[in-house]
Amino acid sequence: MIRLSDVTYSYPRGTAPALSDLSLEIPAGQFCAVIGANGAGKTTLCATLAGFVPHFYRGDLSGDVTVAGINLPLSSPAEIAGTVGLVFSNPFNQITGARFSVREEVAFGLENMAVPVAEMESRIEEILRFVGLEGLADRSPFALSGGQQQRLAIASVLVMRPKVIVLDEPTSQLDPVGSREVFTVLRDLAAADDATVFLAEQKLEWVAAFADRVIVLHQGRLVADGLPAEILASPDLERYGLEPTRYTQAARAAQAAGLRHADAPLPVTLEQAVEFFS
Amino acid sequence: MNLIIDDVSFTYPAGAEALRGISLHISEGEAVAIVGENGAGKTTLVKHFNGLLKPTRGRVTVGDWDTRTQSVARMAARVGYVFQNPDDQIVERTVADEVAFGPRRLGQSEADVAANSAAALAMVELSEEAQTHPYDLSAPQRKLVTLASVLAMRTPIVIFDEPTMGQDARGVALIGAIIEELKREKRTVIIITHDIDFCAAHFERVVAMADGRVLIDGPAADVLTRADLLATTNVEPPQLIRLAQALGLSAAPLTIDGLIANLQGQ
Repeated sequence: MIRLSDVTYSYPRGTAPALSDLSLEIPAGQFCAVIGANGAGKTTLCATLAGFVPHFYRGDLSGDVTVAGINLPLSSPAEIAGTVGLVFSNPFNQITGARFSVREEVAFGLENMAVPVAEMESRIEEILRFVGLEGLADRSPFALSGGQQQRLAIASVLVMRPKVIVLDEPTSQLDPVGSREVFTVLRDLAAADDATVFLAEQKLEWVAAFADRVIVLHQGRLVADGLPAEILASPDLERYGLEPTRYTQAARAAQAAGLRHADAPLPVTLEQAVEFFS
Repeated sequence: MNLIIDDVSFTYPAGAEALRGISLHISEGEAVAIVGENGAGKTTLVKHFNGLLKPTRGRVTVGDWDTRTQSVARMAARVGYVFQNPDDQIVERTVADEVAFGPRRLGQSEADVAANSAAALAMVELSEEAQTHPYDLSAPQRKLVTLASVLAMRTPIVIFDEPTMGQDARGVALIGAIIEELKREKRTVIIITHDIDFCAAHFERVVAMADGRVLIDGPAADVLTRADLLATTNVEPPQLIRLAQALGLSAAPLTIDGLIANLQGQ
């Protein structure tokens, strides 16, 4: 689980705090998405939950950050690495550059955790199949397409089976079916394995369909927290620089045109939209 | 200026065959979106349009130029290409110099370089960041800088590789407005995208690729309704078309107004 109390953080050269007075509790087994405009603090929050803030970025952090029972600011990166996995938004920043094949790249984290070779091999096979890279195990990571590199970055983190998984726009370069597969897996990891999944995402349709909970950041502050259906249909969304799904927009347009009752609850997913319009 | 891809195949030096007999005719002023699964060959294909890659077999011509007979530097006068990853592209120390780099290399006069760079920076709403180091900007802002660099070159053909990646609602709207402006100027716009809703909103023609081939090529309203075929290349129809299909409507609305008009006609 994740617990933040009164967290405020400023980057070393930052003028305004990137995160202000943030308090948040996410239980094990929950799939929580954070949304917000660029610059709202989503990436900083992900980096904080994975210990990169303050261990790597430095700067001033106040308040408590506890993840899976570990106090992150007081723990070593080695202790954190076995517990929290972070998938970066840009896979080019994640791939080590020190490995010559996809298989070796995925093995990197497991080697650092001293996993026995036989177990390592079976876990690598399994995860590569899972992300759809099974035929490319011997290829250089740099000979993959952008989307394939993103799949590799996800595999390299999931193979370590972290209790808490933090992902910063992990599907930005994935094709739509690939994105759906990743979201399905994340939901399953939360539901079946009791992992805590925390994800920053721009594509609200996926958030609506898969997340248990949505929080909204605006200028470093937590401004909304609730179920996807409440948050994503809220009239405040645009004020935070977010665009509702086409389902919500179409429903509002239908209400404005007098085609549907003005008080009918707005849909955020395809299923809800079908119900709304039927 | 037309772009003709005639039976193009391409094999990377390491041996991977990325394109297998692609033929496309893109006319001056067309807006074309290329969609398809990861690894389908989309980026490899567009790198042929500006001569970064030369076909192993077949031919690419841009106007009267065969890409095999032209240097990449010369091709840049006709085809502007915005990379998927901005960090593959940025070379200068200030945003202003970065945006001026392309037009200067094309031999534009200093007056034109200044005017075109300023106009391009204004289009991406980064005029105030002209003296900033590109790496002091966020990744989505860096992507907008690379977009401006290519816009400043005033090429008749512009290619954007995943332009909306990492952009928020405001950034997506801004890029949509730039594409509409390029269309008004009758310049050819080609994008690669996984953002199918964006594709439906701005592109009249869609090419779906799979496994190094063209799977289907046609008007957006036709291609984007073919759910079964698109599924074979990991693409799903846009939200509005999925909704219309689930409601049993006969139309393929690409816009909210289109959907509402169709519902009113019921």
